[in-house]
Amino acid sequence: MSGWAGLLRWLDDLARALLPAGLTLLLLLLAALPSGLPAGLPGLLPAIALPNLVFWSIFRPAALPPPVVFGLGLLQDLLTAAPPGSGVLVLLLAHGVAARWRRVLARQRFRLVWLAFAGIAAGAAVLGLGLQALLAWRLLPPAPALWQALLAIGLYPVLAWPLTRLHEAMRRAEAAAGHPA
Amino acid sequence: MFRLSVPLRQALSRLSLPALIAAAFGLMLLGKADALLAERARMALADAFVPAWDALRQPLRAMRGAIDEAAGLLALRAENARLREENGRLRQWQEAAQALTAENAQLRRQLGFLPEPAAPFVTARVVADGGGAYARAVLLSTGPLAGAEHPLRKGAVALDARGLAGRVTEVGSRSARVVLLTDLNSRIPVLLEGSRARAMLVGTNAARPRLQYWPAGTEPREGERVVTSAEAHAFPAGLPIGQVRRTASGAAEVDLFARLDRLDLLRLFDYGLGGALP
Repeated sequence: MSGWAGLLRWLDDLARALLPAGLTLLLLLLAALPSGLPAGLPGLLPAIALPNLVFWSIFRPAALPPPVVFGLGLLQDLLTAAPPGSGVLVLLLAHGVAARWRRVLARQRFRLVWLAFAGIAAGAAVLGLGLQALLAWRLLPPAPALWQALLAIGLYPVLAWPLTRLHEAMRRAEAAAGHPA
Repeated sequence: MFRLSVPLRQALSRLSLPALIAAAFGLMLLGKADALLAERARMALADAFVPAWDALRQPLRAMRGAIDEAAGLLALRAENARLREENGRLRQWQEAAQALTAENAQLRRQLGFLPEPAAPFVTARVVADGGGAYARAVLLSTGPLAGAEHPLRKGAVALDARGLAGRVTEVGSRSARVVLLTDLNSRIPVLLEGSRARAMLVGTNAARPRLQYWPAGTEPREGERVVTSAEAHAFPAGLPIGQVRRTASGAAEVDLFARLDRLDLLRLFDYGLGGALP
């Protein structure tokens, strides 16, 4: 029976390890569906990707290693018809910043994490706008980038609440299984 | 899994972020140098995801249908009165149109006018939003196109039930990408129907594209109809686009007939024109 238990445990670990990346991937695909809202929601996809990525980078960085971030960024660029590489760079840098501050941020209250995320989102918007303008070699209106940053900041609590529950459930499961997070 | 020594693993993980950032710059250069490569990657990805999007859309459509139905029931009386009034108005227009059709046919007979052949078209469903912050596009599920009677080509003209929506820019094996008139890169030669003056319709990413470069002395008038012009050999003449709307600052914008915010089915016409593709 220990073989079965080992297999189940291995599957359990695998599912936990794949969940953050898999969930982000699923949300990106869902965000690409036509919204059907009167004004549409342009820029929804990057605004979904960034909160997810920053959340997992802070609270579970092992589950989103840089190569996975690279893949998600590439997917985002291809789905939003952005110049390939621009979204990759933005997500990698956001991941780098969040992972560097994670020891401080993971212990803060929610509002401070949200504030830090707002800073990251603003930086990501400015960088994304600059890269797109540079690669297209033309001036672009800043309004869509601003809107995208505001959308991401607004979506962070909506996404972070279920993700926090999920993260805590995963931590409990890991504690019960007897290995560290 | 490889068993690596701990210091080596730490060094690798510390190096992977800078290496991948460098790779992102490389990707940007590659995308700039070979635009076709990015386009092919986009369509391969769209081909892979279109079946999933198609399946995901079914429950969404059912839900939206139910909501529309409920809203419709609530507004039944007002809607009925509006439709009665509109029906009376349309009846007058129908008579006018019939008289004009008869007159037009008579005049064409007298002139020996050569009719243009009807263009073949396919109808496809919009399954995903293919745009981002600086792009307005939709992805269509076209089904397997390999043995189709009318193969879909780049440059096909996309119309919804009311008017022009955009143009096919990329075709995959079972999906196609349509760049909408509102896209930042969309430039379309148009004709102002009242004055027969030519102009350009320029996408700005906002809901209403802007009119530019009309000849001096023929200002676009508020409410004037705008149709396509055959100028750049990219569109047939006379497809309905929208109506002129002057903004408070005096700029001329076009209120599109096509409802780009809720596109569902698009007809893709192949007029055999390939001019001025982006």
